[in-house]
Amino acid sequence: MAKTITLEVARYRPEQEGEPAFENFDVPLNKDWVVLDALNYIKDKLDGSLSYRWSCRMGVCGSCGMMVNGEPKLTCATFLTAYDPGPIRVEPLRYFPIVRDLVVEITDFMSKLKAVKPWIVRDEEKPISEGEYLQTPRQLDNFKQFSMCINCLCCYAACPVVGLDQHFIGPAAIALAQRYNEDSRDQGKEERMDVLSQHDGIWGCTFNGECTRVCPKNVDPAGAIQQYKIKAVTDWYKSLLMPWGKK
Amino acid sequence: MAKRSNEPFLWSLFSSGGMIAALMLPVLILLFGLAIPLEWIEAPSRESLLALVRHPLTRLVLFGLCSLPLFHGAHRFRFTLYDGLQIKHLNELIAVVCYGGAIVGTALAGYILWTLG
Amino acid sequence: MKQSHAYTLYHPKWYRRRVSTWWWTQQWRSFKFILRELSSLAVIYFVALLLWLLWSLGQGEASYRNFLAWMESPLMIAFNVIAFLFVLYHSITWFNLAPKAMPVRVGGKRLPDWMIAAPNYAAWVVISVVIAWFILGGN
Ligand code: FES
Repeated sequence: MAKTITLEVARYRPEQEGEPAFENFDVPLNKDWVVLDALNYIKDKLDGSLSYRWSCRMGVCGSCGMMVNGEPKLTCATFLTAYDPGPIRVEPLRYFPIVRDLVVEITDFMSKLKAVKPWIVRDEEKPISEGEYLQTPRQLDNFKQFSMCINCLCCYAACPVVGLDQHFIGPAAIALAQRYNEDSRDQGKEERMDVLSQHDGIWGCTFNGECTRVCPKNVDPAGAIQQYKIKAVTDWYKSLLMPWGKK
Repeated sequence: MAKRSNEPFLWSLFSSGGMIAALMLPVLILLFGLAIPLEWIEAPSRESLLALVRHPLTRLVLFGLCSLPLFHGAHRFRFTLYDGLQIKHLNELIAVVCYGGAIVGTALAGYILWTLG
Repeated sequence: MKQSHAYTLYHPKWYRRRVSTWWWTQQWRSFKFILRELSSLAVIYFVALLLWLLWSLGQGEASYRNFLAWMESPLMIAFNVIAFLFVLYHSITWFNLAPKAMPVRVGGKRLPDWMIAAPNYAAWVVISVVIAWFILGGN
C-alpha cells in the first residue's frame, strides 16, 4: 500500500454546523502532488461535497489561496511532500468571512481594489493616428514587479492590520495602485493618492512585512507601501512649501 | 478633492526620528547606561561634558536627538496600542496622549538645552 | 474607504472569526513584530534618561555625581540592559528594512538590498565612534 498523508480540512456547511470544524482525510502521498491535487482527490473519491476554489493549477489565476498549516499559500504550488509526515491543516484564507468550507467572501476586496483605479488613467487619449504609447524596457522595469500580482489574497490573510481594521485597503490593492502609478503611460496618480493618503490607505500599515514574505509572486507589497508613504510625504511638504503649485 | 490627512507629517517625524534613534541611541545608552556605571570606562568630568554640550552645534544635535525620537516613539506606540490591544475606538485619546507627550518632551528638551550653562 | 462596505452587510450564513486580542502571542513572527514595535518604549525611556543627564549637568557638580550614582543602582542597570537590547533591535530591523522602503535604481536596475543596507550599517559604526570619541574627551 502506497504511503498516505492526513489532511485536516476545515469544513463549514452553514445549514449543518454553526462554526467551522475539521474533518480528516487520508490521501496518497504522491511525490508530484500539491495540496490542491489532494483536495481534488478528496472531492473525486472521498467526499464530493467539499467546496473550494481553483482554476489554472499553475499559479496564474490566483483562486486557490488557502491557509496551509497556518500559512497563506497557493495550494497549487504547495507540495504535499514538504509536509511529510503530516498532518496538513487546510483552512480558508484568514480574516475573510467564510462562505462554505474553504471558500471565502471577497466582495469587500473587490470594492477596495476598484477604489484605487487599477487601470491606466489618461486625461486625454491620443488619437489612433498618432500610434501606440511607447515604453522603454526601463520604464517597464519600474512597475513590472507590481504587475505580477494575481489577486490571490495571500497577503490579506497574512497582514494583521487587515484582520484588525476592516477599513484598511490592504497590501495587494496598494501594490496594484503602485503598478499603475509607476506606469509611464498613466496620469491617474493624483486620483489614487486621494484614496491612498487617507488613514485607511497607506497609513494604517505598520510595515510588518508579512505580506511580502508570503507573496507567491514576489510582488513586495510592503515595499510598495513604504515607497508610497515616502512619496506622500514629499508631496505633503511640497504642497506646504509651494501652496500655489499645482496639486 | 478629498481632504488630505496630516498623517504624512506625522510619518515624516516618525521615520526621521527612527533613523536618528537607530544611528545614535545604541552608543549613548551603551556608554551612559552600561559602560560608565559598570566602570568599564571612566566617567567624563562634568566640565568636559559641559564644554561639549555648550557648543551650539551639539545643542542642535541634542535637540533633534531628543525631539524626533520622541515623536518616533509616540507614533509607533500609538499603533502598537491599536494593534496589540485593539483599542482603536480610543483613537483620539491615544493620539492626544502620545503626541502630546512628545510635544511636552520636546518643549522640555528645548528648555533644558536653552538654559544650560 | 468610506464607500460601499460589503463587509458590513448582514449575511446570516457567512462565518466570521474575530481576531483575538492576543493574536501577536500566537506566532513567534508576530511576537517579534510586537517586540520591534515596543522598542518605541525603550527609545522614549532613553530620551528621558538623556534629558535627566542634561538637566543634572546644568544643575552643578553634585547633581551630576548624583546622576552617575543613580545609574549604578542595579535596578537602573537592569533597565538599561533591556533598553539597550531593544534599541539595538530597533537599529537592526530599521537598517534591514531601509532597502525595502527606499530602493535605489542605477541604470534602470534595482540595487541589491545589501548594497543599501551596508551604507546604513557603516554610517551607524562611524557615528557611534564619533559620538563616543567626543564624549570620552578625545578632543
Ligand atoms: S489554481 Fe490558479 S493559482 Fe492556484
